Amino acid sequence: MIKDWIKSGNPWIWLTASAVSVSLILVFGLLLLIATRGLAHFWPKDLLAITYLDRAGETRNFIGEIHGSEIVSAERLRDSGFDINVDNTLYERLLLKIGNRDLGGQDFKWVVRSRIQQQSLPAAVFAAERREWGNFYGYLVAVKQEGEIVAQGEHAVSALEERLGRAQELYEQIRDIEKDEIGAINYGMERLRLKQRKMELDKNDSPENLQSIEQERSEYRQQYDALQNQLIKLYKDIERDAIVAKTADGQEVDLPLAKIVRVYYPNAMSLFGKVLFYLEKILEFVSDEPREANTEGGVFPAIFGTVMMVMIMSVMVTPFGVVAAVYLREYAKQGILTRTIRIAVNNLAGVPSIVYGVFGLGFFVYFLGGNIDQLFFPESAPSPMFGTPGILWSSLTLAILTVPVVIVATEEGLSRIPKAIREGSLALGATKAETLWRTVLPMASPAVMTGLILAIARAAGEVAPLMLVGVVKLAPSLPMDANAPFLHLDRKFMHLGFHIYDVGFQSPNVEAARPLVYATALLLVLVIVVLNLTAIAIRNHLREKYRSLEQ
Amino acid sequence: MPTENTSLLEHRKEALARRRKWRTFIDITANYGVGFGGVSVIIAIVLIFFYLLYVVLPLFANASIQVMGEYSAPGGSDYSSELIALEEQNEIGVRFTHGGHAIFFNAGTGNIIEDVTLAIPPGTAITSFTQGNPVTRLVAYGLSNGRVIVARHQYQLSYPSDQRVITPRIEYPFGEEALLIDEKGRAISQLELRATGEALSVVALLEDAEVLIAHYDRQESLLEEEVSLQRTVFTVDHGMDFVEYLLLDKEQRNLYLADRSGAVRHYDLSDRESAVLLGTTSVIEQGAQISCFAFLGGELSLLVGDTRGRISQWFTSQDALGNKKLVRVRQFQLDNYPIIAIAREERRKGFVAADDKGNVGIFHSTAERRLLVEQTPQPVKFLGLSPRANALLIEDKAGSYRFWKIHNEHPEISWSSLWGKVWYESYGESRYIWQSSSASNDFEPKLSLTPLVFGTFKGAFYAMLFAVPLAIMGAIYTAYFMAPRMRRMVKPSIETMEALPTVILGFLAGLWLAPFVEDHLPGIFSLLLVLPVGVLIAAYCWHALPGRIKHRIPDGWTAALLVPVVLLISWISLSLSQPLELWLFDGNMRSWLTNEMGVSFDQRNALVVGFAMGFAVIPNIFSIAEDAIFSVPKHLTIGSLALGATPWQTMMRVVLLTASPGIFSAIMIGLGRAVGETMIVLMATGNTPVMDMSIFQGMRTLAANTAVEMPESEVDSTHYRVLFLAALVLFMMTFLFNTLAELIRQRLRVKYSSL
Repeated sequence: MIKDWIKSGNPWIWLTASAVSVSLILVFGLLLLIATRGLAHFWPKDLLAITYLDRAGETRNFIGEIHGSEIVSAERLRDSGFDINVDNTLYERLLLKIGNRDLGGQDFKWVVRSRIQQQSLPAAVFAAERREWGNFYGYLVAVKQEGEIVAQGEHAVSALEERLGRAQELYEQIRDIEKDEIGAINYGMERLRLKQRKMELDKNDSPENLQSIEQERSEYRQQYDALQNQLIKLYKDIERDAIVAKTADGQEVDLPLAKIVRVYYPNAMSLFGKVLFYLEKILEFVSDEPREANTEGGVFPAIFGTVMMVMIMSVMVTPFGVVAAVYLREYAKQGILTRTIRIAVNNLAGVPSIVYGVFGLGFFVYFLGGNIDQLFFPESAPSPMFGTPGILWSSLTLAILTVPVVIVATEEGLSRIPKAIREGSLALGATKAETLWRTVLPMASPAVMTGLILAIARAAGEVAPLMLVGVVKLAPSLPMDANAPFLHLDRKFMHLGFHIYDVGFQSPNVEAARPLVYATALLLVLVIVVLNLTAIAIRNHLREKYRSLEQ
Repeated sequence: MPTENTSLLEHRKEALARRRKWRTFIDITANYGVGFGGVSVIIAIVLIFFYLLYVVLPLFANASIQVMGEYSAPGGSDYSSELIALEEQNEIGVRFTHGGHAIFFNAGTGNIIEDVTLAIPPGTAITSFTQGNPVTRLVAYGLSNGRVIVARHQYQLSYPSDQRVITPRIEYPFGEEALLIDEKGRAISQLELRATGEALSVVALLEDAEVLIAHYDRQESLLEEEVSLQRTVFTVDHGMDFVEYLLLDKEQRNLYLADRSGAVRHYDLSDRESAVLLGTTSVIEQGAQISCFAFLGGELSLLVGDTRGRISQWFTSQDALGNKKLVRVRQFQLDNYPIIAIAREERRKGFVAADDKGNVGIFHSTAERRLLVEQTPQPVKFLGLSPRANALLIEDKAGSYRFWKIHNEHPEISWSSLWGKVWYESYGESRYIWQSSSASNDFEPKLSLTPLVFGTFKGAFYAMLFAVPLAIMGAIYTAYFMAPRMRRMVKPSIETMEALPTVILGFLAGLWLAPFVEDHLPGIFSLLLVLPVGVLIAAYCWHALPGRIKHRIPDGWTAALLVPVVLLISWISLSLSQPLELWLFDGNMRSWLTNEMGVSFDQRNALVVGFAMGFAVIPNIFSIAEDAIFSVPKHLTIGSLALGATPWQTMMRVVLLTASPGIFSAIMIGLGRAVGETMIVLMATGNTPVMDMSIFQGMRTLAANTAVEMPESEVDSTHYRVLFLAALVLFMMTFLFNTLAELIRQRLRVKYSSL
């Protein structure tokens, strides 16, 4: 019976089927992995208070969130310094995020489960997200104002809430002044400097001109001084309050409210409270700026940079791709040459993106950018304006990288339009250009859209070339702001994909940053999957449309 | 009224004509506009290739010279020269004469700028001269009373009224007074010295053939702010009949003594109190004599010029037993006349040599390249190479000077240095190495692309090993056996994978998969073995089930059925990983591999890259192969089935055979993508350029290397151009794979339509 079964070829069919299953498991497993890890990050985890016998045999107290667990052999534990004599047994160990990096030096700790002597989930434990040193976990003792204790015990909780709101308001004000207003003044001053330099270079630096520049400058300076005074006052205000907190091992520390982003009591939270907290965290993630070398806070600048770069790229890639496709399909004589060109264009879509990055760096940044600087911005020398990586060059490089995608998709759309439609239009007396503009292109527009969406999906996920032509880990200002001319094409920018690479691999505290990277990855995957599914849907819709036309 | 009508008609006609003209104009404009636009986009795309080529080509250009001036010896030819040299900006030359003059002159015209007489004590005669390490610009005159004068030619840049002015001067860094070498006051007939900021070492050959070494240490006493020199002297017992050449390296540690017949004695001076003989080597072939003996830049290698026009490079190399020995590494040929002068480049491993016939040659040692040979009418006596190696001063026997500008930007690149094994300085053998930069100035760049290309293919190989079976088998099933409804869902979901940003795959591979694999090594390997077997067992069990249950699930949904099976098998083998590790490998497979098998294990290794990059190329291969199999004309398969073949037989003998070119092209496309993949490799390997096929070690690929090094490389430097070359190689490789695939696919399409 087995023999017959083998002869029928069925086992091999089952094997090929298993390849499909494995591929599907891989795809969905990967998406699931990213989704669970990315989404779980924002959920307020319970804070576990444990009493633990550490490897030196001393009892210590910790408070922390469980971040993961693994099964290890006695051998490995012995290697890491535990005094274990039993062989051939497996131990479970937990990764605890214990926070308080300023006190203990490290955020994370592996604990062996069997050596935990006591554990509990005390409701009074609070977690404080701080602007420096990561999270703090402990018990609230008192609230201080200018060094004097003003609230203790149960009153402390409400007092803290109230005062934290005030501190946050002040912080917002400080940030507005520092970032927007002082930023605008610095930008204006820099422009003045360039203007003056240009006058000198043009031999146009008459005393009157210099005088007017000096006047503007002194205005800026006055504004700056005013803001500076305001800042000093705000800083004094924000430093008024602090809290006294007790860590797991009983140490009391002062935490100034100026450095605290948010305080919460995860063990005491209701489910509803947790959901609210979760949504609030997600909102913060997509709309806020990164903190602590990108390992905390949000990714708004990266989202903004990615979207903006892709938009500039789309503006450039669509007309060129469409014109090239129309030329190839409608105007050029079909023959060996067009076939060769078609093959070449097709192949360019498969050329590694890093090659485009190298090209972009050499040609756009150094060659084009360098020459633009020399011709139009001699005043900014020796610091380059366009002769350095920036968002314009990134967009251009990605435009070149994705133009084959648009060409191929548009051509496919054009080739699907029945000949009868063109001939009908021509027979009614329309010129070729009119036929193209009035009938062919509108009918091909969904195909163009498909191409564009595919191009955008590819561009949004591409990182390697951007590393060469304009992406940075932390851009001081967005490429678009309130300072004329509003759009700053010469600026460097942040990018979701590069953010993942940078935070995951270049950051000093990878373990702490990891959940955030998952979240960023999830965001990127979502954007790209949605774009791709749209493209596929449009393509199918298009096919249906012309199928009915052909009949 | 009729007239009115006519005029209206006329008017309308006119308008129509105008409109028609306008439409024709638009049509023609569109025609040309689209033509122009289309062609320029295509040109722009092609430009990539030519731009890369344009940047790369200068690497392979030969050197060239440009004659900037010819004049007779500045200061007259009454005195013979000892040394000629140029300063950094190539504006001023200096000539040290035998009489103790330093004559500074304009390098372009030969006009004297300043003639400085060195502080030679009265009553003594100059008996010898030497130049220190050219980087230090030190010179020294040996005197007849056993003393030495050490001087330095120095150039000061200033910018009065925005104009660059260079002022030359002579300094005495170790005091204006002549330093005492030999207490007995014997004349110094040969001299050699090296100095760092604090220490000076002088080697002197005295008139009675004794070799003395004097070390001076500068000691600054805090109280008196006075500088004093601490002196230690000792004799080298060399036992040679006639020492002709002395060389001391810049570390003041290795001393080489040579005679004309080619015997070189190598001494170690590290203990600063005695010279230890390390070995005696004959550096000359029979019948020739040494005619020139010098260091290469960095002073690790010796250059030996002989009377037959050969220049050979020697350095101390350690063999497997740790014995140090002078070995000849390579040899260059200028012509067949005695080499008279060798001038080395200060910042690269190149040199200029000149012979008795008037030939001047430019060489590079690492690249084994002779970049240029130029003839001068008279035998050359002295060469002075500028610090940037872009200008050369030549003094010939007739006392006339030539000033050349040299264009020699990238001498270190040659076919052999890019692709071949190269014997780098202080290595024991020739090797393939990529190491493009270092902190030290005397660094010999090691720019062999071979390890990078090797790494590229290693990564691609493991990726294909994982991806090809999965993708092709999946394609076979999806295209031929799967239920159409399921296919409509499966295909887009696998194709969506293609668009997944590789940075995400790389990040998961580096931060999640790599530690996971390390922890579950036995489980992963057992999974690879158990999975096919488990699937077969499951298949048989299904087969053995009674038909009632079996027929509930229609044919073509096997893949869905197998999902839980595969999950179960994976879960079992991964959870068995720890016990397996305990049972077979003493609880730690990683250390077992290292200790028992001698296999070194990187956490980010080829296995991880294979999984991650394989995952990235599966959709590419799957999609194209599936298309190829699916579009095999139906009448072929129906015919085969009608003749009694089983579906599997039809698949293997008819469908696969017909679609095989398409499958091949799918693999080619996948390979192209794996070769050029950057982010995954960057994040999932350690990026070390090792040449080792081991699955437990990492690699460095062309793409990842470019991504890492490009932002730091200086524009138009050799390193920059070599990185462009790497990009060009990558471009051509993928272009080749893709074109091949595309051509095959097109032929297949023709074949199908004819069937």
